Amino acid sequence: MTDLPATKVDLKTVLSTPARVDNSEGMSYLQSLPRRIVTLYIPLGIIVVILLFPFYWMGLTAIKPDDQLLDLDKFNPFWTWNPTFKHIHKLLFESYYPHWLWNTMYVAVGATVLSIIASVLAAYAIVRLRYKGANLVGGLIFLAYLVPPSILFIPLATVVFQYGLFDSPMALILTYPTILIPFSTWLLMGYFKTIPFELEECALIDGASRWQILIKIVLPLAIPGLISAFIFCFTLCWNEFIYALTFLQSTPNKTVPVAIVNEFVDGDIYRWGSLMAGALCGSLPLVILYAFFVEHYVSAMTGAVKE
Amino acid sequence: MADIALTPRRAKPALREATTWDQLKHNKNWLGFWFMLPAMAFLIFFLAYPLGLGIWLSFTDTRIGRVGHFVGTENYEWLWDDAIFWLSVFNTLLYTSIASAIKFGVGLYLALLLNERMPFKAILRAAVLIPFIVPTVLSALAFWWIFDSQFSIISWSLKHLGLITQNINFLGDTTWARICVIFANIWRGVPFVAITLLAGLQTVSPSLYEAAILDGATSWQRFRYITYPLLTPIIAVVMTFSVLFTFTDFQLIWAMTRGGPVNATHLMATLSYQRAIIAGQLGEGAAISSAMIPFLLAAIMVSWFGLQRRKWQQGESND
Repeated sequence: MTDLPATKVDLKTVLSTPARVDNSEGMSYLQSLPRRIVTLYIPLGIIVVILLFPFYWMGLTAIKPDDQLLDLDKFNPFWTWNPTFKHIHKLLFESYYPHWLWNTMYVAVGATVLSIIASVLAAYAIVRLRYKGANLVGGLIFLAYLVPPSILFIPLATVVFQYGLFDSPMALILTYPTILIPFSTWLLMGYFKTIPFELEECALIDGASRWQILIKIVLPLAIPGLISAFIFCFTLCWNEFIYALTFLQSTPNKTVPVAIVNEFVDGDIYRWGSLMAGALCGSLPLVILYAFFVEHYVSAMTGAVKE
Repeated sequence: MADIALTPRRAKPALREATTWDQLKHNKNWLGFWFMLPAMAFLIFFLAYPLGLGIWLSFTDTRIGRVGHFVGTENYEWLWDDAIFWLSVFNTLLYTSIASAIKFGVGLYLALLLNERMPFKAILRAAVLIPFIVPTVLSALAFWWIFDSQFSIISWSLKHLGLITQNINFLGDTTWARICVIFANIWRGVPFVAITLLAGLQTVSPSLYEAAILDGATSWQRFRYITYPLLTPIIAVVMTFSVLFTFTDFQLIWAMTRGGPVNATHLMATLSYQRAIIAGQLGEGAAISSAMIPFLLAAIMVSWFGLQRRKWQQGESND
């Protein structure tokens, strides 16, 4: 089309020119650039800036020297030319912060692994074994997803106390799955439904047991789903607050969110630097994990809603 | 696999009756039971049982370290006359309704914006979701600092723009404190609404819009008669979750205001924590959290009908 001599047929040039220049698709030719700037880029820019500003502020506060933090007139508060790592250093070497990070990690990994194992078994049974009452159980698990921790923490505190788990990470590892299992079961049910039933029938004919089918056929095919469930559960654990606040007592045993709220908030007027450094260091592991698995995370979030 | 066929096989054993053990190993229902066991154990011991126990506790005068006795509806009668409890109910309803409405509006708008074709779309989408990833308490602390009474960056900016002369006492004034916590909740909830609605938008076929444009539909009509009806079921589900989690919110309030000033931001969840754990009155705290259950049931009913409607729209069988 493009190498048609222009002199030969004038009409064809006219027809082909817009097709070459306009590389837009669909209906976007209806919108001019200024219109797009006003209706799309400006509102989007404002929303994104508002959504990200608290993180910028958190990061900036964490590296600002103390005198600049509190003197807003002499220094431009939106930027600093002499960043300091004093706050982060103090956090990592003069407090229990590494302990708290380790606790959070330990609890999150433990609870997530337990939940995923239980959810895989449950989801497989509901979708593929289709025992009597499987649909009812599926519905009940969805209802369990809707029971919020804030109405459970009081009775759970007494239960945890009775079982002698008070102030131990085990209390959290055993109670977090009640938040995680309903979610990940629903997510995995969606993934298992997409695996062709014929694969399992073949394996059954070859004499595989249900357990072998699950381990050798279904799970390898559901790996994206498992990653999604894992990432999402891990984030939920890291974010959980009310159980950790209620069940943990002694300072070294706390998780990052609880510890920062309780231990750094004293009357000190210079607390902001270390507080924000603590918040920043507590968020970074999740943000880094998220950066690697954005697609899995989004599919977990939307998948659970759509199922 | 092929080797199996080559190995000499013994004569087939005579058929025998299925023993109980075989039943346990191969029967579909029993097998289902074994597979469900771990999940069910967790959910029964740490969810269903505490749920029932919570309701029971609300009818007792249990305190921390003391076993309670059944006292009938005394806790509820006490709460009925408690002005702080009613204030917390009012706060919770106010917080939930305003925050959810704005989250829905902004979330839908953001989803529509992100659904446009533009450069760096994937990065933008990832960035938008960050507030949802970062633990709520930690971002609440950032807001606490942003809304500080003396060193607030907002007060500073407004003062330099000449709009105000005095610092705004964000978290010390009752009205401002409510506005601040609602804003922080919206900030945290918008990404969830936007990204899930975006996933719903992407399933709407573009040919519908093309057909509507050929028929002369304006962009508002396209939204009103194509996007919105097709999105309704997913909106129902997303908003149910959003309302549910806003209604039972605890950590944001606890990190920012702890219910203050003068209980203006106490939600039912924070009040129950304060009464049950800090003051030690487990029975009364349980009564407050049990009082949330009717509201939650209402939200669940809405979700249920939203799901039903979706199935009906897609013509799925009810399985």
